[in-house]
Amino acid sequence: MDKKVMATEEQLAYAKLLDSGMKTGLLILIVTFAVYMSAVLTPHVPLEELPNYWKMPVHKYLAAADIHPGWAWLGMVGKGDFLNFIGIAFLAGVTIPCYIRIIPILFAKKDTTYGVLAIIEVLVLALAASGILKAGGH
Amino acid sequence: MKFIALAVAFFAVLITAGYVFASGEPPAAGPTAANSAMPWWAWPLILFIVTFFMGIVAVLGGVGGGVLFVPIIGGFFPFHIDFVRGAGLLVALAGALAAGPGLLKKGMADLRLAIPVAVIASSCAIVGAMIGLALPAKTVNIALGGTILGIVGIMLLAKKSEYPDVPKADNLSTVLRITGVYHEVSTGQDINWKIHRTPQGLATFIVIGIMAGMFGLGAGWANVPVLNLMMGAPLKVSVATSKFLLSITDTSAAWIYVNNGAVLPMMVVPSIIGIMLGSIVGVRILAKTKPAAVRYIVIAMLLFAGSRAMLKGLAIWN
Repeated sequence: MDKKVMATEEQLAYAKLLDSGMKTGLLILIVTFAVYMSAVLTPHVPLEELPNYWKMPVHKYLAAADIHPGWAWLGMVGKGDFLNFIGIAFLAGVTIPCYIRIIPILFAKKDTTYGVLAIIEVLVLALAASGILKAGGH
Repeated sequence: MKFIALAVAFFAVLITAGYVFASGEPPAAGPTAANSAMPWWAWPLILFIVTFFMGIVAVLGGVGGGVLFVPIIGGFFPFHIDFVRGAGLLVALAGALAAGPGLLKKGMADLRLAIPVAVIASSCAIVGAMIGLALPAKTVNIALGGTILGIVGIMLLAKKSEYPDVPKADNLSTVLRITGVYHEVSTGQDINWKIHRTPQGLATFIVIGIMAGMFGLGAGWANVPVLNLMMGAPLKVSVATSKFLLSITDTSAAWIYVNNGAVLPMMVVPSIIGIMLGSIVGVRILAKTKPAAVRYIVIAMLLFAGSRAMLKGLAIWN
């Protein structure tokens, strides 16, 4: 039998890591949001002032709320609102380790083309996550 | 079902409680948003409730949550379209991440089909996200409205093929060995499949990726017809692989929105939780009903929301 009736080894490895990563990310998201709502940690933007900001274009919001884009939120995780970015970044980042997990499997199977494609995907996602790419304001 | 009801009630209480903790005063005397009679906590609470029902409708209507989220929330909530698109991408991403493992384990989503497509779509989604964030809101709304109305056209006109006829796999898919077998539970058969028109299909994902990033819509509405009708993958493989693909395409676009500050946790978390809980309820309802009419309700909702986005962009209906 030369075709796959079952999911392949790399597909199962990817699925297993994605499953645990997704569940962990969602749990972090819910817990950090509960912390945010409970006001255990003071938010950078006071809750009652949020309506003044969420109607602004993003570049005006960043300037008005004195927020630096990119990974600057890491230095602000002590604030209730920015604490939530741990879960958001976890969910947005979970695909990268899934791809890294399957690269050695693909090369071990001498599936060089897909191994290279997986490496390219990791680089694409890492570039997106790096914060190097800035969008112009409008 | 009791768990879902409890979770919905818990989350609603959580958002309401945020107000009390934040202000230290009873809600009736609390601060209100500038130019609005609503207290700040009302919008996230309404957002949670609306996304909960959106999750139900999306499952019954056979569409992704993202395609409903952006036009409806962008059209009828006070949030700027920048934040709506950021939240829309994360909503679609969370749904795809939740569905991905099961679809991969069952062999419904195909990693071999997804990987080459994902490289193209995710790269182009980055470009789309950067373009989208650089455009003025009115331009985005006009283009979004046009896209949503186009999606309505696709939903009304595009046929689906359970098992498309693929006489011969093309050279590229043969070299990449994109072929497989999946087990069809309803008939007990193992279905062999292969694809054709791979170069054309991959080229189409350039446009799909850009649009996904630009509007934060998710892209199942475009992925499925291309995988199924153009490339010839069986319908179930196309739907499952499309859902899994979103977890990669939306990841790259979501990072652009996160890194450019277009993500507000107060919008994102209630939306994700609301739509996920709604989806769980929707799946349970789906098992008991034949919701053919719901698809037309979804189409009507999209028609209305798409028109609203376009009229908003044209400053006819603000």
